[in-house]
Amino acid sequence: MSEVRTLQIDGKDVAARSDQTILSAAQDNEIGIPTLCHLEGLSDVGACRLCVVEVEGTPKLLPSCTTRVEEGMKITTTSERLVAYRRKMIEMFFVERNHICAVCVANNHCELQDLATRLGVDHFDLPLMHPKLPVDATHERFAIDHNRCILCTRCVRVCDEVEQAHTWDVAGRGAESLIVSDLGTPWGSSTTCTSCGKCVQVCPTGALFEKGRSVAEPKARRPYLPYLVRVAEREQ
Amino acid sequence: MTAVGTPAATPPPRRRQAGPLIPEGPVRASAHICQAAGCQSMGSDRLLEVLSDEVLGAGLRDVAVGRVGCLGLCSAGPLVAVPEQGRVFERVRPDDGASRQDLLSSLSGEAKGGRPLAGDSFFSPQVKVVLERSGTVDPERVDDYVASGGYTALAKAVSEMAPEEVVAEVVKSGLRGRGGAGYPTGLKWRTVAIQDSHAGKYVVCNADEGDPGAFMDRSVLESCPHQVLEGMAIAGYAVGASQGYVYVRAEYPLAVKRLSHAIREAGREGFLGREVAGTRFGFEVEVRIGAGAFVCGEETALIASVQGGRGTPRPRPPYPAASGLWGCPTLINNVETFANIPAVVAKGGEWLASMGTERSKGTKVFALAGAVANTGLIEVPMGVTLREIVFGIGGGLAPGRRFKAVQTGGPAGGCIPEDLLDMPVDYESLTQAGSMMGSGGMIVMDDTSCMVDVAKFFMDFCREESCGKCAPCRVGTQEMWRFLDRMTRGAGTRRDLEQLESLADMVRSTSLCGLGQGAPNSVFSTLRYFRDEYLAHIDDRVCPAGVCAMNAGGRSEAVPAGVGVAGVGSPK
Repeated sequence: MSEVRTLQIDGKDVAARSDQTILSAAQDNEIGIPTLCHLEGLSDVGACRLCVVEVEGTPKLLPSCTTRVEEGMKITTTSERLVAYRRKMIEMFFVERNHICAVCVANNHCELQDLATRLGVDHFDLPLMHPKLPVDATHERFAIDHNRCILCTRCVRVCDEVEQAHTWDVAGRGAESLIVSDLGTPWGSSTTCTSCGKCVQVCPTGALFEKGRSVAEPKARRPYLPYLVRVAEREQ
Repeated sequence: MTAVGTPAATPPPRRRQAGPLIPEGPVRASAHICQAAGCQSMGSDRLLEVLSDEVLGAGLRDVAVGRVGCLGLCSAGPLVAVPEQGRVFERVRPDDGASRQDLLSSLSGEAKGGRPLAGDSFFSPQVKVVLERSGTVDPERVDDYVASGGYTALAKAVSEMAPEEVVAEVVKSGLRGRGGAGYPTGLKWRTVAIQDSHAGKYVVCNADEGDPGAFMDRSVLESCPHQVLEGMAIAGYAVGASQGYVYVRAEYPLAVKRLSHAIREAGREGFLGREVAGTRFGFEVEVRIGAGAFVCGEETALIASVQGGRGTPRPRPPYPAASGLWGCPTLINNVETFANIPAVVAKGGEWLASMGTERSKGTKVFALAGAVANTGLIEVPMGVTLREIVFGIGGGLAPGRRFKAVQTGGPAGGCIPEDLLDMPVDYESLTQAGSMMGSGGMIVMDDTSCMVDVAKFFMDFCREESCGKCAPCRVGTQEMWRFLDRMTRGAGTRRDLEQLESLADMVRSTSLCGLGQGAPNSVFSTLRYFRDEYLAHIDDRVCPAGVCAMNAGGRSEAVPAGVGVAGVGSPK
């Protein structure tokens, strides 16, 4: 059972339910916090760190997607420091793998690209890492290009939590982490994949895409997700 | 008596049974051979057999040859103690008869050679609480532990004390977590104890020790596993848990073997199981073996791993004390923390609180490594100075070498320079100096160590061990390593240094767990005290210590810093 909590976000007094996260309370009040790994309808993992905010009295920055609201919290979602950190994070995603928008299937429909524009990231200072990663196009209808993957694990979560197939998971660690299907076998030979395409719909970049689509063509249909979750809950 | 050590014409008679040699009659002298992994790697397990044969061959019917845990001076192994004479013999090798000569004459009654324990610069300044029985009891015999007063604290707790009283005693002791962060142990116990949980509670012992050069927990588990089990059982009683897990890394096979053996022994003797010490309190312990990820020492990643999942951390809160294993309240303490508990209960919290400083009580075990004469495992009261450790217990540096820094706290720690050597060793002072207590790794470096290279070494460790879940750590450690690598190749610029500093700040502030938050510390602390070395690399293209290749064109791969590490199983 949830109770009402009153708190301040960016100087604005807001009321929220005690089971709400800072992110959701902010969104209810039209305060935009940048996110990447968060997606309405999926569990939150606090991995991309874009949504970190300052909370008065806490020395550490807290991820707003996983931190619950508390009575009397004073939260700052945008500060010079936070913006600088977020820019650096976006830059990190870009230099980590190969994100050349002009030739990407997700061009103009990419959340990473949108965030870079929104935060004014127009050049990179960090050395490019550019590892050569494989593309798995063995699936009949879809393909995964690891070079464009930012390891947000939305595909892993949607497959596990909504489709309940758990085809995707993460293998390796650190910079060598890779999204794998089944136990690292080609996607096309997966015995668990239902070809539902939800992973393609939730991918924030062009890492997961439908075959036969050209640069900048496909548009993901993400708003369906909360609806699917509600239907699934009702059926249970 | 035949001359010992010289090759005999006929080999001495072989014993029928392997293992310790226990005379039938009274024991006049005994040889305690260290059987921890460090000495075993030098052949101390074979030494046990060889020496037993020799003792028998020499007709010494009243001499016992036994195995004990770590004797501390790991760099001089295999070590053999003769407690009756208060002496420790160094480098007693199974394949070198001459190295056993002094020891054998000592055992036959003629005190000769060896290193006296009393008045020794290495042994005598130490105060042993955690390592009290390390080097005196047989790690594989519960009887030895019980004979030395073991399990009396558990019996006292479960039969004479209420759980709250046990918690109160731990609070009173002022004990703080020995795994690194130094969170007050009593407070943690109380938090778990007051939780209401129908699904049960758990006690977890974190033995996923992974800091480069650190082997305190391994040694405790190899030397006296029962002490840890006793601490865990007391904790279980205090917080209301009936199941415990020890999460130990797979790289510690001997520790796993001894621990598993100890769990079986303790179960057989009724110290673990359904009725602990004949009371209604039940407590079981199981071992969970890690798969070689440093990050699994982080408590939420450890929990994920125990549950069979991928070992990645999750944001806290909720803390494991509220929601840990399978969502139940879980008490997670480090090996050394648990090893303190029997003494706290037996002798009272005030006893432990009488040692140490205002806010850091008791003792701390350190794995002393690097450029000092005596390297190994030491236990000192909190508040001793670094100088006492380096130049007293450590025996100082090699002739002609100059002290440069001492690195504490592992990959998340930092380097402390010469002018802070008189600083007391406690949680606050170390943090203030830009380092941290950490789990107890202590690496002494002289003027042959390059501080940029040291930072690069630890960054290389962090980038290897980053789990990859959050971007700042996954990418940030890679990029910081790249900047450091460029500098050590003589290709770094002032702009790189600026970038490195801003990146380090960002990674520290935004990473998900302690690994990422701590990773930049090696850069911060070396920059704080040794910025001139960075500038020499950048402006003059010179490595003052002569370590870095400075071949701007070439691409150097990560080479470990010039760090000698005592003991085995140093992680990578």
